[in-house]
Amino acid sequence: MWSIVALPLISILLALVVGAFVIVASQLVLPGAQLDLLLPVTAYSALLQGAFGNFDAIVGTLASTAPLVLGGLSVGLAFKAGLFNIGARGQFLLGALGAVAAGITLAGSPSIVAIPLALLAGFLGGAAWGFIPGLLKAVAGAHEVVVTIMLNYIADGVITAVVGGPLRQQGRSEAITPDVGNAALPIIIGSTGHAGILLAIIAVVVIGWLLFRTTLGFEIRTVGANPDAARYAGMRPRVVTILTMSLAGGLAGLAGAVVILGVNHLMTPSFGTTAGFDSIAVALLGRTNPLGIVAAALLFGALRSGATLMEILARIPKELIDVLQATILLFLVANPVLQRLFRLRGVKSGLDTTETLTKTYSGEAVVQ
Amino acid sequence: MDALINALYSIPLVGLVFQLGGYIIAVGPNVAPGILQAATPVALAALCGVMCERAGVVNIGIEGIMLTSAFVGWYAGVLLAPVLGTADLGPFGANPALVVALVIALVSGVLISWLHAWLSISVRADQIISGTIINIVAVGLTGYLNNLISKASPNGAGAFTQFKPPHELTDLPVVGWLLGMFLSQGPIAMSVIVIVVIFQVLLFRSRWGLRSRAVGEHPRAAETVGIDVIRVRYRNVLIGGVFAALGGAYLSMEATNSFQQEMTTGRGFVGLAAMIVGRWSPVGAFGAALLFYSSTALGNSIKFARPSGDLGTILVGLPAQLYDALPYLLTIIILAGVVGRSIPPAADGQPYEREATA
Repeated sequence: MWSIVALPLISILLALVVGAFVIVASQLVLPGAQLDLLLPVTAYSALLQGAFGNFDAIVGTLASTAPLVLGGLSVGLAFKAGLFNIGARGQFLLGALGAVAAGITLAGSPSIVAIPLALLAGFLGGAAWGFIPGLLKAVAGAHEVVVTIMLNYIADGVITAVVGGPLRQQGRSEAITPDVGNAALPIIIGSTGHAGILLAIIAVVVIGWLLFRTTLGFEIRTVGANPDAARYAGMRPRVVTILTMSLAGGLAGLAGAVVILGVNHLMTPSFGTTAGFDSIAVALLGRTNPLGIVAAALLFGALRSGATLMEILARIPKELIDVLQATILLFLVANPVLQRLFRLRGVKSGLDTTETLTKTYSGEAVVQ
Repeated sequence: MDALINALYSIPLVGLVFQLGGYIIAVGPNVAPGILQAATPVALAALCGVMCERAGVVNIGIEGIMLTSAFVGWYAGVLLAPVLGTADLGPFGANPALVVALVIALVSGVLISWLHAWLSISVRADQIISGTIINIVAVGLTGYLNNLISKASPNGAGAFTQFKPPHELTDLPVVGWLLGMFLSQGPIAMSVIVIVVIFQVLLFRSRWGLRSRAVGEHPRAAETVGIDVIRVRYRNVLIGGVFAALGGAYLSMEATNSFQQEMTTGRGFVGLAAMIVGRWSPVGAFGAALLFYSSTALGNSIKFARPSGDLGTILVGLPAQLYDALPYLLTIIILAGVVGRSIPPAADGQPYEREATA
């Protein structure tokens, strides 16, 4: 157990130290701010209180963990096939758009019909946004990193155009969609614990089963480990690439749908998300393993959820979470250095599942 | 002649293509400087990509380097303006604070690149993951600091201004508009052309260029003839950092005089696509960047000078977001069409391990 969690835990602790340093150092560059050496303590205790301080806070953390689990599964699944899905952000947005479009159409229908269909629309929206880079990689060899990033920015435009256009609620001065009504996810615990939490747990089980108990999962892992060997074994790397990217997109889309149907219930043109980088961080910290992803998602869910209280009590911008996230990943990637520094023997390195990523860069390893 | 043009324009559907061609020819000279301006940060990002990947290091952290330098340059200007003053030095609206801030921005770009170089060359981490981390660090740190700083809404050190070429040059027939395109620019945009030409010559005609390419194609062979692979890779990634930093500084110190959260909006990645489309050559990458952003300039032009006839009705009727998304769409389409025929350096993205230490 220690061999698996040692590096992630050390990375997290070191990142918190770096975060404290950033909090103190940023007081120095700001004109007119007086130096408060205890500010990191204030900030972190507010963060902790905001994430786990009482029952409502814990439920809030769970609610913000749910989309992170789905996003982490999305990026993690792609990693397993040797693909880097940097486009979870765009897929999340398109999934949210699909869910809100279906939701407002079905707002008056019974929930038993409206919710599954709205979730499906979210899945399909994200899957479409994942299908494009999958297809372009398989057929034309365009690397998914550039294509998915471009699709992220295109998604922003699509959201603005559609929410400000066809989905706009009539008779309102600002662009905003109507409420999703009966398509909203039911609250199952506390005041904010929506059914998306349940959905995330189901998704973990399904993806774990898919990856480790089915032929497709075996093909995905083989293509990720060695596309050439996969081809000689009679597998179809192109089909697997397209299928995996679509499925990954669908999972990220489902994350968007959960946020729309479980939290926002409507959409504005400025609807944005940190899902893109969060999902990557969750997948890497969780070693692309479904259970690891749940643990990592809980961490980032708690950080995102507690950040609001930290911003109020300690006046620390919530972008600090991004800094922590990046620093955690930085230490994970620099794991050979950490291993030497802390004299760790026999621990698993942080990111062993991502070895084939750069090999397929710029279309070189597109397999026939 | 006019009758012929009118006849061509009035053909259903196909006429629209002629109308578009006519419109581009008509507004071309006016939008040409705008194309170079829109393409400048992307071209610099692409040059950074060429510099790194020719030596075998994949750098997808360009976006993050640009964002960092955009922020550092702007904020250095804020801090330095009261100290060094903003007295006009003459050309390009330069002032002492602005010039020093630009230098600091470039240094910040080199420092961030050094992190990427260390992770991908020395630690031998996955280079795409390393680049992604650079991007997350940049978004987080600049967002965090900008959030703290913007509460005071500080004034920067201003921005570089454009050179106004004399009429005699720009009114020249045929080449006048081209001269106008390259001369009606601020210092950073103007420097791009110089960098592209020098870089192209050095990469393919100098000892340094040959060594860089050798390291990117076959590092083991390069090592056996006495080239220090690690050193060449470090050096190229750091020089590439200067290019990317210049692109970032352009955004906050020449195109505007302020910093906005995530203001690079994917330009670093479009730059990578330009690099691929331009087949890892400086001139090619520059051309691709111009191609990607010609659509932006044309979109802007439509707002000011509406095309006549059916074309105008259609173009004005399209949603504004479509024009904003055009460079990204073009990037995907051209990338998908060209990538199979564009061959990267053979050792691109592969960490190098010395035999003695292996």
